[in-house]
Amino acid sequence: MKKDLLLFIAFALLVMAAPQLFKGGYLMNVLVFVGINTMLAVALNLLLGYAGQISLGHAGFFGLGAYLSGILTTTYSMDPWGAMPVAAIIVGSLAGLIGFPILKLKGHYLAMATLGLGIIIFIVFNETVDLTGGPSGLSGIPNLKLAGVSFDSDVKNYYLIWTFALAVMLFSINLANSRVGRALRAVHDSEVAAQVLGVNARLLKVQIFTLSAVISSLAGSLYAHTMTFISPASFGFNFSIELLTMVVIGGLGSIFGSFLGAALLTLLPEFLRAVNDYDIIVYGALLMVMVMFMPGGLVRGIPALYRKIAGQKGEAGNA
Amino acid sequence: MEFDQILQYSLSGLSTGAIYALIGIGFSIIYNATGIINFAQGEFVMLGGLLTLSSLQLLKLPLWAAIPVSVAISTVVGVIFERLAIRPLRQPTPINLVIITIGGSILIRGLAMLVWGKDTHAIPPFSGDTPIAIGGATILPQHLWILAITLIIIVVNKIYFYHTISGKAMRACSYNRRAAGLVGIDVKRMVLFSFIISAAMGAVAGIIVAPLTMTAYDVGVMLGLKGFCAAIIGGMSSGISTVIGGLLLGVLESLGAGLISSGYKDAISFIILLLILFIRPQGLFGKADSERV
Amino acid sequence: MLEVSGITQIFGGVTALEAVSFKIAKGEITGVIGPNGAGKTTLFNIISGIYRQTSGTVLLEGKDVSGFPPERLARLAMVRTFQNIELFGGMTVLENVMVGMHTKSSSGLLACSFKAPWSISEERRIRECAMTWLEFTGIADLADQTAGNLPFGKGRLLEIARALAVGPRIILMDEPAAGLNSQETLALAGLIKRIRDLDITVVLVEHDMELVMDICDRIVVLNLGKKLAEGTPREIQESPEVIAAYLGDDD
Repeated sequence: MKKDLLLFIAFALLVMAAPQLFKGGYLMNVLVFVGINTMLAVALNLLLGYAGQISLGHAGFFGLGAYLSGILTTTYSMDPWGAMPVAAIIVGSLAGLIGFPILKLKGHYLAMATLGLGIIIFIVFNETVDLTGGPSGLSGIPNLKLAGVSFDSDVKNYYLIWTFALAVMLFSINLANSRVGRALRAVHDSEVAAQVLGVNARLLKVQIFTLSAVISSLAGSLYAHTMTFISPASFGFNFSIELLTMVVIGGLGSIFGSFLGAALLTLLPEFLRAVNDYDIIVYGALLMVMVMFMPGGLVRGIPALYRKIAGQKGEAGNA
Repeated sequence: MEFDQILQYSLSGLSTGAIYALIGIGFSIIYNATGIINFAQGEFVMLGGLLTLSSLQLLKLPLWAAIPVSVAISTVVGVIFERLAIRPLRQPTPINLVIITIGGSILIRGLAMLVWGKDTHAIPPFSGDTPIAIGGATILPQHLWILAITLIIIVVNKIYFYHTISGKAMRACSYNRRAAGLVGIDVKRMVLFSFIISAAMGAVAGIIVAPLTMTAYDVGVMLGLKGFCAAIIGGMSSGISTVIGGLLLGVLESLGAGLISSGYKDAISFIILLLILFIRPQGLFGKADSERV
Repeated sequence: MLEVSGITQIFGGVTALEAVSFKIAKGEITGVIGPNGAGKTTLFNIISGIYRQTSGTVLLEGKDVSGFPPERLARLAMVRTFQNIELFGGMTVLENVMVGMHTKSSSGLLACSFKAPWSISEERRIRECAMTWLEFTGIADLADQTAGNLPFGKGRLLEIARALAVGPRIILMDEPAAGLNSQETLALAGLIKRIRDLDITVVLVEHDMELVMDICDRIVVLNLGKKLAEGTPREIQESPEVIAAYLGDDD
């Protein structure tokens, strides 16, 4: 717990110093996306890694946040800072309502139901052309402004996004090490035992599902206001799978793991540019390899691998 | 509302529904034998269509030969998938199985994109495209092919499950895997069998639907999900309930697309899926089963 | 303290329990015994809210709690343990017990995320209290171990410590001695008596007759889903019906 906090402080300092270290504007732009994806991966990890409940529809909540912010600030000329919480409240209420029936389902059934939910939301983005602009997207979304400064450059956006991302990480670390976080992990390990000890598993799952949706919505709002243009393609089934990949690769139940997964999957396409569309082969293979050989994700797998190699060397030395 | 119009939508809905039913039965067979929902099920559908295309164009095979060849290759992919992804899994928790079958599905889809590109391909219909009039509506010969082949497969399936040793063993596994193992049934082999049958059925579905809807590397996603909807409506049965589920879904979707809005066609299936899962997770016709809720 | 009356449970046409009634007095240790298939675990699952009985009522301190979910019963100070210990394997021993304090604490999702001052002091209280229960059951030295790695006997103690952290007035134990060696069983007998001395009513399902006869104040015997006899250990040992039921059973 103390260790987590120290690690977090070191991490936060590094994040804040990063723009001084790499002066390149292009990398800043990619790191903005790493920040948004980190928020999303942490949100999904709270649900999947801590509570053990899968969601294949989180891109939908992300998209709802983005579209609500986008529509409220363009069509209804709301202030972006006002639109963000309004979007979050709407998405949170929706998730809370649907959470009760959907979280009654388990395992494969929950996966399919959340997937269906995500697809329905995606279809709505495409079809409600009057509101969302349909497949061609919604443009002219205003940037966020603070004390007269508009967040319209990569470096400014970097600080904006990472302030939020770090806050989400810190909250999640606090949550994980608290009464509620323990109850979540308890439900994950043995739901019946948790209930016998007085944990209202059903309510708790809905709460965490709602929180996870709210964080995703916030990430969506931030995405809309930094990009100023959004289209349904960013919020489809494939992106839900990408989020899942981030969480699994980083490590279920590890907040820093989610950052690692988000960073890896956001940077990977930059390196895979040569193979362009074929990056999905790499995602597929990564998912399979991770589940088979490193089910704990990178945060646990790498140290274990290191110990194994070091151990073998030690044995060789002794022999 | 014209009666002819409704008849027309229902007829074309029935043939799409038959496809959903075949895919849904594939889902159910694997689920009943292993407890796994195979997210890669739709990819066998895609493989069936695209492999037939290549057999026709590259190998210059006649249709009657191209179909078994592509079903066979799809089945081999199914076997490889079971051997490499499912069997070696050390912690087969539901979440791990969901993730690994999703990984497999993306991988197969990606490889298909590598082989066939991103274009949509057409396969010629089995016997021309002269419409046949039924009442005030018309259907294509391919629709009849779909219905007939689906019927044959369902009958063969029934015979297999109820009148052969290995079919009966599979049913035993679906009732109780552990007990089946205790009486000497090789459960691992039954798991492999279930993947073989499902892959073959998926491939057939993909082949017979391709002349109507065209095919591409990514058709498996939607078709797979629709097949799953059919299976859910049918309560994960590998028999008639799922067939009815598929037909119902096909007709509702077709009517919804025609009478309400074609853009929401896919949404209709998923709203039905969610409603069934929320209200009757045991399927429309099944008895309550606590395992699914 | 606890009164069950007319409990009947039918599973798909099979009657697992038929009109079972008995009362459990406050502060006593009561044993529920019976041959395999007598319906003991089914009865426990009904009392603890895991199954819903076909008919009959469960009264807890005079209050009808039939059909209450387990988490509500925990708030009414009733808790249970499981035959195949259900630990939270991925958490530490101390954290397992801290989950037991769930109903004795109240910080919500947001208070925990934002580290509200009251949630910090509450966390400290939870930790200290959980530690005292680990000391009570004698496994305080294992506090930082991962629960999943514990040997079975220690796991059993952890499960009891965790249940005690709920602050129960009544605790149901499903075969607490199953899987324990004779030395561990002896220590368990002592522990159960010390739990009773805390004024906690204990009900246990148990196969180990020596343990049951040694520690129980009263015994309820079930056979084939019906109550066969009820009384003090001495009465039960001398009851011809009970002897017949046990002799007729190969176990």
